[in-house]
Amino acid sequence: MQMDRRTLMKGATAVVTLSLVTIPAARAETGAGVDASVEGILNGRTPSETGLTLDMPSVADNGAQVPLTITVDSPMTDDDHVTAIHIIATDNPVPEIGTFHLTPRSGKAEVFTRIRAADSQQILVFAELSGGDVLQAAAEVIVSIGGCTT
Amino acid sequence: MSTPRVLIPDTAAAGEVIQIRTLIDHPMITAVSSDLPRDMLDRFEVTMNGEPLFAYDFYNGSAENPTFTFFARIDAAADFVFVWTHEDGETFTVERSVAIG
Repeated sequence: MQMDRRTLMKGATAVVTLSLVTIPAARAETGAGVDASVEGILNGRTPSETGLTLDMPSVADNGAQVPLTITVDSPMTDDDHVTAIHIIATDNPVPEIGTFHLTPRSGKAEVFTRIRAADSQQILVFAELSGGDVLQAAAEVIVSIGGCTT
Repeated sequence: MSTPRVLIPDTAAAGEVIQIRTLIDHPMITAVSSDLPRDMLDRFEVTMNGEPLFAYDFYNGSAENPTFTFFARIDAAADFVFVWTHEDGETFTVERSVAIG
């Protein structure tokens, strides 16, 4: 399941890359890519907007290195833990930023990394729980210098 | 490519949740908006005593020189293996151990 979605994402990456080269207006298609990515994560589930925190600066001087911390209110036990956390950009050339995989051995559902933001936009995060529920949070970031130089 | 860096305590109390920080020098070139050849890590995986602890799938929005902070609950002495895998299959591995103390 996870591998299938990942394979799909890699395929989507190739398509978006090609269209950016050949069609300047390809950016307008970004929204559809985000919707498909989110639907792929939710898989028919309705996300709850409680219990998940996305901590990110509201203004990022450098879009190439935007720090973010994601925290989930979870006991991280065998019966009740976070299994995955997905980060989605709503206005990057490719929506997928990365996916964390956690286990009960994590002990604490908090992760930090740095992401690329091509432009000022909303960043979405989704946490999948062992019981099948999914949580959603979002935050806006204003980017001074875009992060898509490579 | 320098040796990846891992910050992890040498000892922990039984039951303690420890913080782990990692950093690997890597350009993470997506080739979306440049003519450079694509040069991206694919996955970062951490095991504790052979069991999965933490992993991350890299997509284009992952920043250059990927860094992570995450946690592990130490119930007994633990051997950690940290593996970064490039899209071309090359791997970079760091091993660390945490004793009870």
